[in-house]
Amino acid sequence: MEKAIKKWWPLFVLPTLLAFIIGFIIPFVEGVYLAFCQFTTVRDATFTGLGNFARALSDSTFTHAFWYNCAFVVVSTLTINIGGLAVALILTKAIRGTNAFRTVFFMPNLIGGIVLGYIWQILLNCALALLEQPLLKLDATAGFWGLVILMAWQQIGYMMIIYIAGLQSIPETLLEAAEIDGATPWQSFWKVKLPNLMPSITICLFLTITNSFKLFDQNMALTAGDPAHQSELLAYNIYYTFYGRSGPQWRGIGQAKAVIFCLIVVAISLIQLRATRKKEVQQ
Amino acid sequence: MNMKKFLALLLALMMVFALAACGEEPAEESPAPAESEEPAPAESEEPQEEEPSAEGGSVYYMNFKPEQDAQWQELAQIYTDETGVEVTVYTAAANQYETQLTSEMAKDEAPTIFHVNGPVGLNNWKDYCYDLSGSALYEQLTSPDYALTDGDAVLGIAFVIESYGIIVNKTLLEQAGYTVDDIQNFEDLKAVAEDITARSSELGFAAFTSAGMDASSDWRFKTHLANLPIYFEYQDEGITSTPAIKGTYLDNYRAIWDLYINNSTCDPSELTMKTGNDATNEFVSGQAVFYQNGSWAYADVVGEGKLAEEDVTMIPIYFGVGDEANQGLCTGSENYWCVNKNASPEDIQASLDFLEWCVTDETALQCITGGEGAMPSGGAGMGFAIPFKAAPESANPFVKLDAEMTAAGKTPISWNFTTMPSEEWKTQLGSALSIYAADQSDANWDGVVQAFVDNWAAEYELANG
Repeated sequence: MEKAIKKWWPLFVLPTLLAFIIGFIIPFVEGVYLAFCQFTTVRDATFTGLGNFARALSDSTFTHAFWYNCAFVVVSTLTINIGGLAVALILTKAIRGTNAFRTVFFMPNLIGGIVLGYIWQILLNCALALLEQPLLKLDATAGFWGLVILMAWQQIGYMMIIYIAGLQSIPETLLEAAEIDGATPWQSFWKVKLPNLMPSITICLFLTITNSFKLFDQNMALTAGDPAHQSELLAYNIYYTFYGRSGPQWRGIGQAKAVIFCLIVVAISLIQLRATRKKEVQQ
Repeated sequence: MNMKKFLALLLALMMVFALAACGEEPAEESPAPAESEEPAPAESEEPQEEEPSAEGGSVYYMNFKPEQDAQWQELAQIYTDETGVEVTVYTAAANQYETQLTSEMAKDEAPTIFHVNGPVGLNNWKDYCYDLSGSALYEQLTSPDYALTDGDAVLGIAFVIESYGIIVNKTLLEQAGYTVDDIQNFEDLKAVAEDITARSSELGFAAFTSAGMDASSDWRFKTHLANLPIYFEYQDEGITSTPAIKGTYLDNYRAIWDLYINNSTCDPSELTMKTGNDATNEFVSGQAVFYQNGSWAYADVVGEGKLAEEDVTMIPIYFGVGDEANQGLCTGSENYWCVNKNASPEDIQASLDFLEWCVTDETALQCITGGEGAMPSGGAGMGFAIPFKAAPESANPFVKLDAEMTAAGKTPISWNFTTMPSEEWKTQLGSALSIYAADQSDANWDGVVQAFVDNWAAEYELANG
């Protein structure tokens, strides 16, 4: 088996690699190049140097989107992971119908972001109207919590599945030993389950942090950045700069923002991966 | 351990490239056009010596007007049946034209015919516009004033003249005890609207349809209604565009906006949820007397299962400024045809031929200018008033009304919103108007003034600086 893989791996890697190069690597390199250009469509770029980066960084909507997005990442990462883990803990107990519940909690993932955004816009606006509060598009704070609720609703089920898999892979013997040693359920959660769950936590944190940074469809459908760019996350801000503004200078600025955005998210995610991986234990 | 390292590396890579995709031009397939040649060589800019041929060329028309999508599709099919030339029509969603044009133009099979909305729109796309000065299309124009020029080059050709105002349901107005003759100025309009509001529970309808601030409807207020303060200021100053607007008539703008939102079918705090269709439906189902929209909306409000032709008319948007007794409808164009000069010579020729056919062929003219039943399929025509020599008069009653008013000595209000500095300016104004509508305080109106005046200068500077 090993031998066969060693011999034939290029055959298996090649199709995917090709798609990866065409779909990701080439556009990525071209995208980075375009960040240094002025252009109306990607075919007529002229090189202009670093000016786009200077203008991107001095754009107040971009810095606002950055901080708004950071706040969103912190809040949604905590909500989703705590929620997902809590649901996973409940659904790994011997309760009737756990499979049905798992399916139901997972379902929101199967709905596309744009559809979800519009559905939640109607729901939340109705609730806000009943409470006589300003609607989502009039209030960036309402927009923020709307996005958090939406994302939690959508993502908790997904993270739950990963946590369930993690919980099920903890050897029964460890938990039994802890119980015999007199550990309370609380202690066995903190001292046994959680350390053994670290690989799942790494993955889930990674997914939620990057998802929250990259969030686009839901942001566009739920608030579209209203009022006046106050509820824009980074990805939507970049999209708006690129497509929403007219005039050749904006495309390059949007592209520069995208490059900056990419660097920030890569850096933050790598730090997170390092930090949580250190905490992983060997069984 | 090795496995973990590998996994971490893989994850990191995945993330990098997944992220990169966010900032990229989408590389997906274009939605429609059939066969087309290689990307155009640069020489196509030069007018060719020998008779250019449309042999093998195809047309990809990117249409701005969602209201007329079905008619354009049918017209394209007729042309294909007649000549064998492939014509693809793609209509952008309301308010998404610039965005979609940007992405379509980057494709191999880019639109060969597209729209710009006036001088400001042209500024973004003039490097893509084929010089139409020698074309048969340009020859057909009734007046060169309808062309957008840059030096000697003719880059865009207006193909439809439209009017907007306040569409009135006369039957409901009579039920409320008034006729359109009772409304001769802003004060009259205000008095009638407020009286209807006071008696709305008894009458069973409201004065105005919802002034929806959803993207499908907000252009009626952030663009069309905002034309009035701009127009009157330009009249005062004797100018046709400006790097910095003063906002002399913003108090009147506030007065009419207050009137719209406080005498309507819905609570002003709910406007961001209301769409263009909501307003149309309210008007058609008799929930409101007044509906601000233009001649293009005629087919939406009159027809089977809708209102009857004799039910509706259009009155000027009285603004409380100038000679209101002689004020006409707001009339102009923001639809200019441009031909993509980067298309292959065959496609350019095919496009020019198609456009010429549109403004000279009898069937095409009937489709474009005709009303009820004008399409060969039996559907309603586009009802456009088009500024071309061979064109018959438009069948659109609102367009006819505009001609009658002008003949009776009223002065139409020209479309100056084409000089608004950018789409962003409109977006900010729309956002400020929504916030003000939900809480009508002076502080929130200051936000509107700021979006109107300060942002004009800022955006003008960004676009032209």
